[in-house]
Amino acid sequence: MNILCAGINHRTAHLEVRERFAVREDEMAGMLARLRQIEGVSGVVMLSTCNRVELYASGLCTLRALDGFRSILAERTGLEAPLYHHDTPQAVRHLFRVASGLDSMVIGETEILGQVKKAYSIANEAGAATRSLHKLFQHAFRVAKTVRTETQITSGPTSIGSVAVELAGKIFGSLEGRRVMILGAGEISERTARSLQSRGVRSVIVSNRTYERAASLAAEIGGMALHFDHWENAIVDVDILISSTNAPFALLTPERIAPLLKLRRGDPLFVIDLAVPRDADPAINELDGLFLYDIDSLEQIAAQSLDIRRQEVVRCESLIDHHVGGFLSWLKTAREPGIPK
Amino acid sequence: MERIALLASTLCYLFSFGHTLFVLGAGRFHPGRFNFIAMALGAAAQGWYLSLRGAAEHACPLGTVPETLVFLSWSIALIYLVIGPSYRISLMGAFTAPLVLLLQIVAVLLPEGARSGFFRPNPWVETHAALSLVAYGAFGLACVAGFMFLLQEGQLKSRRPAPIFHHLPPITVLAKAILRLLWVGFFLLSLSFAAGMHAHITISKAKFFFSILIWVLYAALLTGAKTGLFTGRRFAILASTTFLLALVLLPVIQHLSTGTE
Repeated sequence: MNILCAGINHRTAHLEVRERFAVREDEMAGMLARLRQIEGVSGVVMLSTCNRVELYASGLCTLRALDGFRSILAERTGLEAPLYHHDTPQAVRHLFRVASGLDSMVIGETEILGQVKKAYSIANEAGAATRSLHKLFQHAFRVAKTVRTETQITSGPTSIGSVAVELAGKIFGSLEGRRVMILGAGEISERTARSLQSRGVRSVIVSNRTYERAASLAAEIGGMALHFDHWENAIVDVDILISSTNAPFALLTPERIAPLLKLRRGDPLFVIDLAVPRDADPAINELDGLFLYDIDSLEQIAAQSLDIRRQEVVRCESLIDHHVGGFLSWLKTAREPGIPK
Repeated sequence: MERIALLASTLCYLFSFGHTLFVLGAGRFHPGRFNFIAMALGAAAQGWYLSLRGAAEHACPLGTVPETLVFLSWSIALIYLVIGPSYRISLMGAFTAPLVLLLQIVAVLLPEGARSGFFRPNPWVETHAALSLVAYGAFGLACVAGFMFLLQEGQLKSRRPAPIFHHLPPITVLAKAILRLLWVGFFLLSLSFAAGMHAHITISKAKFFFSILIWVLYAALLTGAKTGLFTGRRFAILASTTFLLALVLLPVIQHLSTGTE
């Protein structure tokens, strides 16, 4: 029994190409049925995400399966697909790497595992997965879990928004019910506020020199606009302050902030300064209970996380090698029902 | 047999601590079940030791400094074993193991010394002593949470957090844990004082003032927290230093009191 993996991904094809070959969920059952009709193919699982379209097939002749897959894709799109392909054992290794997030655009991202599980579940429901594919995918899920728990491949956030969310989480725990104030209605502040909202922040106050702009952004993100003259009063009641004004001087100085902190009864304040030039005097980070992060420090943390992940790849590969060996030992002795060994 | 029980518990805590160091050194931040099981076995062996001592003396095994230290580290371990899984305070076991191990090693190395006459069989006296030490167990764990708070707060302030930052609990969660543990400890300490008063025990002046001082310090700490007087950092520092002060003074006072009670 052989395993074939063939497909396109973010490394081999641009988005414009990938989107042409993508298979929607409602089309998947029909696609799987067609793929199973290819001569020599006993079972198929198809993975279609924004970064990859891949076929995993079990059968006796992988070359025929590859040709058949290419023809079906060409028929669907009118394009020749720039397919890469792997046979056993590389196909097995490839799936284990994909499920573990090692083949993703952002190394270690975990969304892909859910997508692989979904692809397997659809094939399973359609009756397209054979015993060896069942075993292969179950093994891939175990490998992904092992890689996640035994290495730091998923360690740390990798974008400014996710860094802000992680830091806020490390200060406040749950963000449910936390209050945010945006000072200066810029695009990056809005994105960061939305990231925080996605994690449970409910109350957002927007304050801008132009009140209309503040009102417009507040309406967009479901917040409340505040006249710029009053932002200092609001600091006492917010947990997170995102600042990105165009002020040519520091707005948030120790002299201004220290008396306001005293009114907060010891509650911490997280200040995210996204402005260039900076809105916050770095000295406010020395104030007890205040945590200041500027754009550079946020970017450094994102880069640091990616570095840690890259360093972990070798350990992940070694774990995967071990599991590939385990799966191949099983495959050698396995027999598909109705198919000669 | 008592010595074997004591050494067995020390070894368990040593394994727990060693394993944690190894795991953290290898860049993995999930000491996991091994750490927890080793702590549980250590606490069980300590329980065995204390029950043997209790049976031998026909009284609560708190008559010598080593016994007191074992009882205290047992209380800390037990409270950790109860709150660790329920509050899911990540890495708390990793920080608790060294404190428990330190107390245990000191208990093993110290000579047995003279027994205090304090523990003539009297249930109220025993309740007083046992509750005091369980209260100190809660204060000990609050001290551990305080250290974790200061470490995590330092990471946040540095703006270049080390990998352990991602695995330590949020500072707000740690501050809440410190507060709850202090309340538990304070409640038990107050109960123990009530039991002591009921027993009409006679203690040395030094011990009396020391006990009142610790009670007042924790009462002030809790009042300050309730009124928003402290920032999280100050609260963590005060919770940790108050326990360390008590830890240093406790054996001294115990030693000074031997023979006067």
